[in-house]
Amino acid sequence: MDSDKTPAIRLADVKEILNAEVVVGHDRLDTEVTGGAASDLMSDILRNTKEGALLLTGLNSVQVIHTSVIAGMAGVVFVRGKRPNDDVMAIAREHNLPILTTEFNMYSSCGRLYSKGLKSIR
Amino acid sequence: MPHLKKEFQVKAGDFVHAGKGSMQIQSTLKTIGYDPEIIRRASICAYESEMNIVMHGGDGTIYLTVDDRWIIIEACDDGVGIEDIELAFKEGYSTALEEHQEMGFGAGMGLPNIKKNADSVKVNSSKNKGTYINMFFRTDKNHG
Repeated sequence: MDSDKTPAIRLADVKEILNAEVVVGHDRLDTEVTGGAASDLMSDILRNTKEGALLLTGLNSVQVIHTSVIAGMAGVVFVRGKRPNDDVMAIAREHNLPILTTEFNMYSSCGRLYSKGLKSIR
Repeated sequence: MPHLKKEFQVKAGDFVHAGKGSMQIQSTLKTIGYDPEIIRRASICAYESEMNIVMHGGDGTIYLTVDDRWIIIEACDDGVGIEDIELAFKEGYSTALEEHQEMGFGAGMGLPNIKKNADSVKVNSSKNKGTYINMFFRTDKNHG
């Protein structure tokens, strides 16, 4: 079912679909997203990764950024209106990793992106 | 073909910096120009072992060695060690604390994930004797 040809989704589309605020990486909204992954458990993300995927998480810590850099994520969305603290933002900037925040919760965020054609990484 | 050896210090309990060594390893491998897939597998293993040192290790060191055939990542620490290595490779088995789980780790997936991503893994450890993990990635098939 993932073989359906749907138009490419870019970070700019993610921003619009989730009514999100871009906190890091305004210049990278053209980046294409290869799939979606959602977890608060970074081990899960490291276990199943895909280069260029989007991570949705409710976990607000520097390890989210480190995990995303290691896993080659295209960007991170913090759900439920979580705002990354200054340390987290500084590390994201250092690694040029786009960060978005949305007021939607995890379930709604995933549902919205999925219905617009962003499939799971698996 | 590149030959190099680098080392990265890892401090027990330092969750803020945990991952920095692995990200430097990742960027070193990118600079050399390996295939993205092998860089990703090696970086994930480095990061999992770095988190293990921070959570369980006492202080430790991660070594990156590169030669014409292999990327080798060694993670050594002087921490509590692993009592039952076979058990530690079982998915879901964990001795991590709640604070580790709050960081998004400690779910008993570190060593299984290392095994999944490395071409070969060797673990040397016993209770209170520290841990030495040696991870090999074969590059002669992957390096253009």
